[in-house]
Amino acid sequence: MQIEPGLAGIVREGVRTVFRHADPVLLGLILALLALSTLTVASATSGTYLVGHLINMSVALVAMLMLSHVPPQVLIRFAIPLYVLGVFLLLGVAVAGDVVNGSRRWLNLGVTRIQPSELMRLAVPMAMAAYLHYRQEHLSSRHFALAGLLLVLPVGFILRQPDLGTSLLILASGFFVLFLAGLAWRVMAGLVLLLGAIVPLAWMFFLHDYQKQRVLTLFDPTSDPLGAGYHIIQSTIAIGSGGLFGKGWGQGTQARLDFLPEGHTDFVFAVYSEEFGLLGNLLLLGIYAAMVTRGLTLSYNASGLFGRLLCGAITLTFFTYALINMGMVSGLLPVVGVPLPLVSYGGTSMVTVLLGFGILMSVASNKSLVKT
Amino acid sequence: MSEFINTAWRREEFRRRSQIAVWVVLGLFGVLFLRFAWLQLIQHDRYSALSENNRVALVPNIPPRGVLYDRNGVVLASGDWGYALEVVPEKIPDLPALWAQLGEVVRIEEADLRRFRRLREDSRPFEAVPIRQRLTETEVARFAAQRYRFPGVEMRTRDWRSYPFGPTFSHLIGYIGRISQKDKLALQEAGRWSAYRGAQYIGKAGVEKRYEEWLHGQTGFEHMEVDSGGRALRSLGRTPAQAGMNLSLHVDAGLQQVAEAAFGPYRGALVALDPNSGGLLALLSKPGYDPNLFVDGIDVDTWRGLNESLDKPLINRALRGVYPPGSTIKPFMALAGLELGLRKPSDSIADPGYFSLSAGGHRYRDWKKDGHGTVDMHKSIVVSCDTYYYRLADEMGIERMHDFLSQFGLGERSGVDLDGELAGLMPNAEWKAKRFKQPWWPGETVIAGIGQGYVLATPMQLAVATMMIANEGVLYRPQIVRAWRDPKDGRTHTAAPEVVRTLKLNPEHLRLVKAAMQAVTQPGGTAAGAGAGAAYTFAGKTGTAQVVGMDTAGRSVSGSTRHRDHALFIAFAPVDKPTIALAVMVENGGHGGSTAAPIARKVLDYWFLGQTTPGAAVMPAPGPAPEVTTGGDHAD
Repeated sequence: MQIEPGLAGIVREGVRTVFRHADPVLLGLILALLALSTLTVASATSGTYLVGHLINMSVALVAMLMLSHVPPQVLIRFAIPLYVLGVFLLLGVAVAGDVVNGSRRWLNLGVTRIQPSELMRLAVPMAMAAYLHYRQEHLSSRHFALAGLLLVLPVGFILRQPDLGTSLLILASGFFVLFLAGLAWRVMAGLVLLLGAIVPLAWMFFLHDYQKQRVLTLFDPTSDPLGAGYHIIQSTIAIGSGGLFGKGWGQGTQARLDFLPEGHTDFVFAVYSEEFGLLGNLLLLGIYAAMVTRGLTLSYNASGLFGRLLCGAITLTFFTYALINMGMVSGLLPVVGVPLPLVSYGGTSMVTVLLGFGILMSVASNKSLVKT
Repeated sequence: MSEFINTAWRREEFRRRSQIAVWVVLGLFGVLFLRFAWLQLIQHDRYSALSENNRVALVPNIPPRGVLYDRNGVVLASGDWGYALEVVPEKIPDLPALWAQLGEVVRIEEADLRRFRRLREDSRPFEAVPIRQRLTETEVARFAAQRYRFPGVEMRTRDWRSYPFGPTFSHLIGYIGRISQKDKLALQEAGRWSAYRGAQYIGKAGVEKRYEEWLHGQTGFEHMEVDSGGRALRSLGRTPAQAGMNLSLHVDAGLQQVAEAAFGPYRGALVALDPNSGGLLALLSKPGYDPNLFVDGIDVDTWRGLNESLDKPLINRALRGVYPPGSTIKPFMALAGLELGLRKPSDSIADPGYFSLSAGGHRYRDWKKDGHGTVDMHKSIVVSCDTYYYRLADEMGIERMHDFLSQFGLGERSGVDLDGELAGLMPNAEWKAKRFKQPWWPGETVIAGIGQGYVLATPMQLAVATMMIANEGVLYRPQIVRAWRDPKDGRTHTAAPEVVRTLKLNPEHLRLVKAAMQAVTQPGGTAAGAGAGAAYTFAGKTGTAQVVGMDTAGRSVSGSTRHRDHALFIAFAPVDKPTIALAVMVENGGHGGSTAAPIARKVLDYWFLGQTTPGAAVMPAPGPAPEVTTGGDHAD
C-alpha cells in the first residue's frame, strides 16, 4: 500500500482505514435518517436535547464502525458464549433482579446496573445463526427445533419480567433467522395456528391488567383520554394536522405546547409527521424500505450461512421496529414501548441498532474471507 | 456432493425468501402509507381543526372524597382545604438559604424540613414538594405580598382530610396519605390508575383503606383553552369528576367517646356490636394516634416516636391483640356442658379449692384458695369457679371443646371489614401435633377449660361470641358500614346483615346461661360493683388474662405494672332483647370486675340513658356483701 506523503495524506489514509468496511449505500441511508432525526428531536425539545442526541449518535456511529472491523469468523466464536452469558444474566435477574416500575429487568452488579434483555436482542439471533451455521451440512427439522429452543428460553425469561415488547421483538428476530434458513412452510402454518390458539389463552391467564388496558385502549382511545389513550389521541391529531406538506420545521404545535409528551422518544414520529407532512412520511418510508432492501441484498451476498442469516434477521428486525413504532403512533397498533429506530432520542436503542448495522457491514465486506 | 447441493439450495431458498420478505415489507409500508394518507389527506381538515382547537389542555379534576358519618350523622372524616407552600427543589440553587428567607415570612419548623426531605425522596424530578401545609390567614397574606422574592415557590390550594375526633377513631377510621410508588403500582395492576390522575391521597389504614375504592371516586377532567404559551384562557367543557361515596357507619361517635374516656389512663380495647345485625357500634384501641398527622406526611421523628413507643399506639388491639380469654370463656363452656349432655343445671360439685387429674397428682388451683363450697352451674358462672370448669373440661376433652367453641368464632377471623385482623387460636390435638410435634396432654385441656394455656382470642372475637349468646346463636359478620349513598343515582343503600352461620341451641340452656350472666352483675356476682344501680338489665362475665405465670402457691408473679394481668369483661344488654354486646380488655388492668366491667357500665349507660353516670361503677354494692363481691375476679 502506497502512503501519500504529508499530513493530508495521513488523514486521508486514516479516514479510508476507518471507513474501509462501511458499505457506502447503507452508511448514506443511515446518515440521512440521523439527519432527519436530529431535525425532529431538536424541534420536539426546542433544542434542549440536541447535545445529548449528537453525543448518542457519535458514540453509536463509532461503535458501529469499530464492529464493522471485526470479521464474521471472529464474531461467530463469540456467538454461543455471549448467549450463555446472557441466559445466566437473565437467570440472575429472575432470582435477584431489581424491580423498577413493577418489572424485574435490571441486574445490579455492584458497580453498575445492566439490563440483560438488551444484550439478548443481538445475542439470540447470533447464537441461532451460529448454531445453524455449524450444522449446515445436514440441516434437519431437529436442528430447527433446537434453534427454536435457543429462542424460546430467553424469550420466556424476558416475558416473565414482565417485558412484553422486548420479548416479542426478540421472538421476531429469532423467527426471521429460522425463516431465512428455510423453515418449512407447513411448520410456519402450524405455528400460526398455534399462535391463534395461544393468544386468547394468554389474554385470559397471563396478561396483566395494565397490558390488557393498553390493548383495549387501542380500540377506543377515548375511553381513557387522560391516561393510556391520551398519547394515541394526541399523536393522531399531530399526524393528521400535518397534511400533505406539513406545518414546516419547528412549526408543529402539538409537541411544542406539551400536548404530546415523549415527543422526542417513542412518539417522535408524530412530531416528524406534523412538521413534514405526508411527503416527509413518504421520504421516511422510502429510506427505511431502501435500507431493508440494501440489507437483504448484502445478506444474500454474504458468503457464510452465519453471516447471511444474522444479517437477514438484523435487517428484518430493524424493519419490524420501524413498522411497530409507526403503526403504534398512527393508531394502528397498541402502544408498546418501542422507539423509532435511528430517529427516536435515546442512547441504548441507537447503539443497539447501529451495532447491528456494524455486523451487517462487517459481513458484507468480509465475504471473501469465509469459506463456503 | 450433497453438502454442496444443500448449501446451494439454502442460498437459493434465502434469495427466494428475502424476496418474499421485501414484498411483505413493501406491502406493510403500503398499509402504513394508506393510513398516513387517510389521516393527512382525507381527514386532514378534521385533524387540522382539532389541532387548532387543541390549544385545549385537559386538566384533571380531583373528585371530593366521600364523607364518613356515624349512625347519627356526626361527621367522622371529611374534606377540607387550605393553602400550602410548595417548592420545586430543582429550581432552587440554595435550599438552606431559601428556608432562612422563607422563615421570615411564614413559620417553618424543623419538623417541616424533615417532612420536606422525606417527601422529596419520594417525588419525581421537577415535582413540587410541599414545605408548609395549612398556612394561617396571616401567613397567606404575608407570603402573597412578598411572593416576588421567592421564584420557584408556589402557594397553592390543597385538599386534605380532617378527622375531627383525632385519636378516638384512629384504629377504626384510619387515615389517608400521599400516594406512594407502591400504591401506584398496585392501582395500575388493578387497572384503577386512571381514576387517580392528579390525585394526591389514598387510604392507608382502617376504613379509609378498606373502602378506598368507594371513597375515592373517579377523576374528571376539564377542557381548558390555552394560549400559545400554555396559559389557561377559558373552560370549554368538562367531564365531571365522580364524587366518592359518602358512607354512614354503624358506629356511634358518642359511644366511642364515652368508651375512650372510660379507659382513663389504661391501655386496652373495646368492641361493641349490635346483636341484631352484627353492626359495629364501637371499636376502640387505646392508646390511639392522631390520624391528622398522617395526612400531610408524618415527619420521621414523630413516626418513630409512635412506632417505638412501649404503649404501641399503632397496633389495633381490638383486631390484632390476642389474649387468653380467661374466665370469659366459662359461659360458653357451661353451654357446651349442657348442649353435649355432660352436665345438668342441677349437677353440683364440692369445690375444695383445687382439681387433680389423679389422686395426689398436680393440683390445678381455684382462684379462691379454699374453694367455693358446693357449686352448681349457675353459681359456677356467678362466682367464676375454676374447679367446676377444670373438671368439666377434663370430661369434655379438648376435641369436643374445640369443636363446640369454634362455632362461636373462636380461632377464626370475624371477617370485619378492616385489614389485619388476627384469627386467635382455639387449639386441639391436631394443631399441637402440627405446631410443636408433640402429643396433647390432659393437663392442657384442664387449663383450656378456664380460657388459659393455648387459647387466644382478640377483643373482636370475644365480642362476636358474646353477641351469639345475646342473639341466641346467630353469627353475623361484624359490619362497619351501615349505609352508603351512590352518587350516580343519589340513592341510599343499606347494608344487609350477613349471617355466617346459625347455631341450633336449646333455648332452655341459653336461658340458664343468660340468667347466670345476669347474676354476675348483681349482688353476689363478680361484677356486682359495676352492675349496681343500673337502670336496665345487663348480663356479663368477668375474666383475667394472665401476663406472667403463677407460682405453685397460686400467687401471680407481678413486678412492674406492665406485668399485671389483663382485665376482661364481656357483656350484653338488656338481657331480654339485647341491643348491644361488647367485650372490654384492659391491659395490665388486673381484675375484670374492678377495671374492665366499670368501663362497660359507662358505655352501656350512654347507650341506654344517653349520658354517662360517672361514679356509678365505683359505687359500693348495696345490700349484703356475700363472699365474692369484694375482690372481683382474681387470677384464675
